[in-house]
Amino acid sequence: MHTELITLEGHIIDSLTLSKILDILVAAGVDYEIRSFRIGKSHDEPSHAEILVIAPDEQSLQRALHEVQQHGAVISQEDANLQPAPQDGVFPEGFYSTTNLETFVRIEDTWIPVERIEMDCGIRVTRNETGWRAECVPLHWARQGDLFVVGSAGVRVTPMPRREAESVFHFMGSEVSIEKPKTRIVQAVARAVRETKLKGQKVLFVGGPAIVHTGAAPYLERLIRSGWIDVLFAGNALATHDIERVLYGTSLGVALETGVPETHGHEHHLRAINTIRAAGGIRQAVEKGILKGGIMHACVVAGVKVVLAGSIRDDGPLPDVITDTVRAQDAMREAVQGVGVALMVATTLHSIATGNLLPASVTTFCIDANADTVIKLTDRGSHQAFGIVTDCAFFLKELAGELCGKE
Amino acid sequence: MARVLMCPPDHYDLRYEINAWMHLENKPDLPLAVQQWQRLYEQVQRLAQVELVSPAPECPDMVFTANAGLIVGEKRVLLSRFRHPERQPEEPHFRRWFEEHGYTVYTMPEDCPFEGEGDILWAGERYLAGYRKRTEMCAHRIAAEYLQHEVLSLELVDDRWYHLDTALFVLDEHTVVYYPGAFDPYARRVIEEHYNTLYVIQEEALRFACNSVVLGNTVLMPEGCWLLKSLLERKGYEVIPVPMTEFIKSGGACKCLVMFLER
Repeated sequence: MHTELITLEGHIIDSLTLSKILDILVAAGVDYEIRSFRIGKSHDEPSHAEILVIAPDEQSLQRALHEVQQHGAVISQEDANLQPAPQDGVFPEGFYSTTNLETFVRIEDTWIPVERIEMDCGIRVTRNETGWRAECVPLHWARQGDLFVVGSAGVRVTPMPRREAESVFHFMGSEVSIEKPKTRIVQAVARAVRETKLKGQKVLFVGGPAIVHTGAAPYLERLIRSGWIDVLFAGNALATHDIERVLYGTSLGVALETGVPETHGHEHHLRAINTIRAAGGIRQAVEKGILKGGIMHACVVAGVKVVLAGSIRDDGPLPDVITDTVRAQDAMREAVQGVGVALMVATTLHSIATGNLLPASVTTFCIDANADTVIKLTDRGSHQAFGIVTDCAFFLKELAGELCGKE
Repeated sequence: MARVLMCPPDHYDLRYEINAWMHLENKPDLPLAVQQWQRLYEQVQRLAQVELVSPAPECPDMVFTANAGLIVGEKRVLLSRFRHPERQPEEPHFRRWFEEHGYTVYTMPEDCPFEGEGDILWAGERYLAGYRKRTEMCAHRIAAEYLQHEVLSLELVDDRWYHLDTALFVLDEHTVVYYPGAFDPYARRVIEEHYNTLYVIQEEALRFACNSVVLGNTVLMPEGCWLLKSLLERKGYEVIPVPMTEFIKSGGACKCLVMFLER
């Protein structure tokens, strides 16, 4: 018999956390015994429960513990089990696989916060003169001999706080909204962006080329130039079509003013890429006065941190595009530090890639004309994402109006 | 080091209404105004050589020295010709100061309103100039002759941003920070075609974010413009917020209180 004592603390009755955890244990095929239970006497006094989890084998115990931890269960008072990485780029067998929720590990009787939390990584523990340090690292960062947390013992995960009833997002729920009042939703997004900036946190914008195709680029530009956006993630396409628009007035060869495809217009994007390659890059093109407007130009002028990540179908690409996906992930990982709100607009791949890197504490909005993108993102563990199904041009126009003033 | 002209607020007051900000029932708190001016003065002094012109009791707006005139060359100044009779008594006082300090003083024709550095700003290779509210186009033409530089005319379309320096400032010779809503579409195009631009949002434009003073890498900005502050800090500027509430009641802030004599 394999057992582990877990404790639950907080408003676990009103939030139904206790019922949920017991349900999860039953569903996971393990048994339990409630060892102690103290109910808070008033609404604001927390309750406390100790539960012994009893499993037929170690594997189902670990699986059950891993599940309940994500809902706030703390496993005993054991220290985390640390094992060295057997070789570069490989975690030790049985490594603890992270979620994007705030996580702590217990080492020498102290709970240490895990830095740079993101999902599907390992927890590397190091010791320096000031004490122990725990950080979340992707597989390829592991170096032979690095110490990693193995198993669920000594790991605590803070569940997402329940959304307050009066929260601006309450009416949106976590569902993908199709038939909700759009203008009110944009107002809620604007409020979140404003509050994030006021707190001194960064605003991340992840965008796809549809922003340019639909004529929404000027609204995004306005947001960037006004200082609302700190970090931009995109691919070769957004940057290319934005630059094509500035240099030729077309997006994928279609004149944005008239909506009519231009003769030889299909060549414009490649000519645009060539021009930027000749200049040496986007920043150089801006400095040389070759690129005088658009989203990418605005980013250079406003000092926005840009990461362009490449893909297999890219033309060119622009010299600024990082074509090694692992390197691109690392650049994104670096750039999401300090981000408080993420806006993911009209892009599937980059949204998912970014969702993978973000802690659950980052308020995430996914805006797409297609509900599938939003569903994909939430299915992959970015439960904090609010989905808004709408045209990106409408969304960006309204958002710019809310944040910069109507013009 | 830059050299600027300021005027102590000994006689600052709100005694008439000549712009959208001035309301006789909303008078400035004068002791507080003195404190705010002092704060700005100390900050400017840290970064530039400050000359002072003596305030005149009959000129409550003389503190706004940016409207005294425009330096058009070495020891040459083009004196303002105020649109409103309420401010015209300032002209002889400023003229006297310039003459006493060895400046050759030029004046505009009588029918050509011109409000100095409030409406014509140095912007790198050229000057940017506002019109329709206070200064008229005729003044742009004449100023261009004195300056021997291109002067681009920009139409101001909202009474709340009545001087160019309330709606735009030059960050460096290639970069302009402005509130687009204050300008007509042609003016916006002109600005966009010649400069890299950063925008001020409306609520900060209403707090006079555009009325900032740039001295090297430092920007003295009216308090409460946190978004623009964070944007400029991200670009590596040092931004110093200065409380300006009592001067905003008269429609002015940091930049209006400072005239550049030398850059």
